[in-house]
Amino acid sequence: MNENLAVPAVALVVLATVFVGAFGLRISRTTSDFYVASRTVGPRLNAAAISGEYLSAASFLGIAGLVLVQGPDMLWYPVGYTAGYLVLLLFVAAPLRRSGAYTLPDFAEARLASSAVRRLAGAFVVGVGWLYLLPQLQGAGLTLTVLTGAPDWLGGVIVAVVVVAIVAAGGMRSITFVQAFQYWLKLTALLVPALFLVVAWQGDGAPHHAFDEPAAFREQRSVRVDDGLDLRLERPLTVTVSGTVDGRPHEDQQLRLFAGTHRIEAGTQLTFAEGAAVPEAERDGDGGLSPSQAESRGERPLYATYGLILATFLGTMGLPHVVVRFYTSPHGVAARRTTVAVLGLIGAFYLLPPVYGALGRLYAPELTLTGDADAAVLLLPERMIGGLGGDLLGALIAGGAFAAFLSTASGLTMAVAGVLTQDVLPSRGVRHFRLGTLLAMAVPLAASALVGGLPVADAVGLAFAVSASSFCPLLVLGIWWRRLTPQGAAAGMLVGGGSALLAVAATMAGFPGTGALHALLAWPALWSVPLGFLTMILVSLATPSRVPAGTAAILARFHLPEELAGGQVRPEVKA
Amino acid sequence: MPNQDPAERRVVVTGPPRRTRPASGYYRPRTEIDEQTTLGHTYVRSLMRSQLRAAMAVVAVLGLLIGPLPLLFATMPDSDRLEWTVLGFCLYPPLVLLARWYVRRAERNERDFVRLVEDQDR
Repeated sequence: MNENLAVPAVALVVLATVFVGAFGLRISRTTSDFYVASRTVGPRLNAAAISGEYLSAASFLGIAGLVLVQGPDMLWYPVGYTAGYLVLLLFVAAPLRRSGAYTLPDFAEARLASSAVRRLAGAFVVGVGWLYLLPQLQGAGLTLTVLTGAPDWLGGVIVAVVVVAIVAAGGMRSITFVQAFQYWLKLTALLVPALFLVVAWQGDGAPHHAFDEPAAFREQRSVRVDDGLDLRLERPLTVTVSGTVDGRPHEDQQLRLFAGTHRIEAGTQLTFAEGAAVPEAERDGDGGLSPSQAESRGERPLYATYGLILATFLGTMGLPHVVVRFYTSPHGVAARRTTVAVLGLIGAFYLLPPVYGALGRLYAPELTLTGDADAAVLLLPERMIGGLGGDLLGALIAGGAFAAFLSTASGLTMAVAGVLTQDVLPSRGVRHFRLGTLLAMAVPLAASALVGGLPVADAVGLAFAVSASSFCPLLVLGIWWRRLTPQGAAAGMLVGGGSALLAVAATMAGFPGTGALHALLAWPALWSVPLGFLTMILVSLATPSRVPAGTAAILARFHLPEELAGGQVRPEVKA
Repeated sequence: MPNQDPAERRVVVTGPPRRTRPASGYYRPRTEIDEQTTLGHTYVRSLMRSQLRAAMAVVAVLGLLIGPLPLLFATMPDSDRLEWTVLGFCLYPPLVLLARWYVRRAERNERDFVRLVEDQDR
């Protein structure tokens, strides 16, 4: 990749972000502007902002990389990310807006009149937000390393500084413009190169075997294995080896590997012949920025797929940076229409990563072995088009990838800072909000420096599973069920979210290595979501005397159209 | 002051516009809802039920659409190309259509409810 073009592209994105943020700063004056853009964001602007915020690095780079390595099963991720918004629309969007709360903890307190539940929800928001921020920072570091060879902490620090500056300076109003701008930037950065790549693919005679299993090499290709890995062969394979295979050193020797597992040491060079099948690799440590947990998929693919579907479908509604966006709509009807527009925008975007994944299987299949599969999107233009055109397109993609880190990170920082300011710091002024912003970013930045080698990707899956088993029951039952009590809500969040958290933490720590128990723990949503709902319902039913006194009035406010809701609604101006 | 022009005596009164309400009539759902009576709760409940029914209908369609797919892909031989097409490109339009149907349905439920309440107010 030509860094002479990629670095200016990244710099341009950062500058444009600051500029658009400064534009918002000029019209951001009050505390309400800060937190919810004074609730005057129209559906179209808000939908672009929500989509821009939602499409993170995992969507921009990770999905194509996952599809490249693990095949079409991984396309369930984008489908789930999109369908999550449909579920959110059905059960949450309009009532959440009408609840009149600023944040998820506000919602919990308004619905259940309990400051204990409020604090618990706040703790989960901060936890999920930090979990989700970590991969964004590490992904930014990875991208900058792939592009320029810069040390891998640098990208994270750049993202952290820019995001803190924008959020602390302009708050929600400024962020709304930044996010909307970045949605279109990301779409362009993926769409334009995709068009050129498809034309190049047509010019190449439109080979179709990308969809065949397993992927095969189209020409003789040498691969350098940077981290040691286990190669699993279904059929015998002939390769030329320089380096160490199965403990024996070779120097430019042709080697016939039998079916089974072979150990390839770090630094080995493998040369595959044209038409050879791409072998499956089991990696020592997974450095990818996409949700992985690949090992368990092989053992329980069907269970894992359903676990993934449930976690993404139900987890979206509880992600703190997604929820906070709905408070910026002027009314419930607008919140609903915004969500439909978001579905359209996200769906349009997700048509592109599969294209990159398929082309990656054709033109860069060796990335599965080098552990840089997430770089597939960045490398394809150079590989397929080459020359100045390829470099320019590669630079465009690099800029888009950085936009992805910036937008998701700023949304998450915004949400976490909101909770910290309201529930942890002593007063609620704008100055304390700025302090909260600093705090919201400092913790994940420190964590990313400390746990450098952790599989960052699992944090994304973990965030979805925890959110699906804690916030999803709280929101759905809080909005639709009259008999929910504070005790039930607290117990449900703790049992559901807590068990999901423990399960994935155990998996990440390497506890039970294989078997059915391992699969159950690596994909907790399938049992932890029902557990969360069940606990919430049973404990609520066991404490019937604790149903908050104003429940009926609150539910009426959630569900009644604004023109009926007790005259508290004024006509509001569109942004 | 007998000969004064009546126009000079006119006084402009400002204040929030007040909705005119009929003085009589026992069935006034808006007031019932505002005043948290049992009857008011019944109205809110009926709206919630119709909204929940619309949401559940969409969830059922979504479940029927998505639920069997992983099983199908796992059991069908040579399903790879089908899986690429369906998951990569074909699921997004139905999702958007379902969302649009639900929004239209939910807004109609709300309009019907408002009309019911306001008709009876009169």
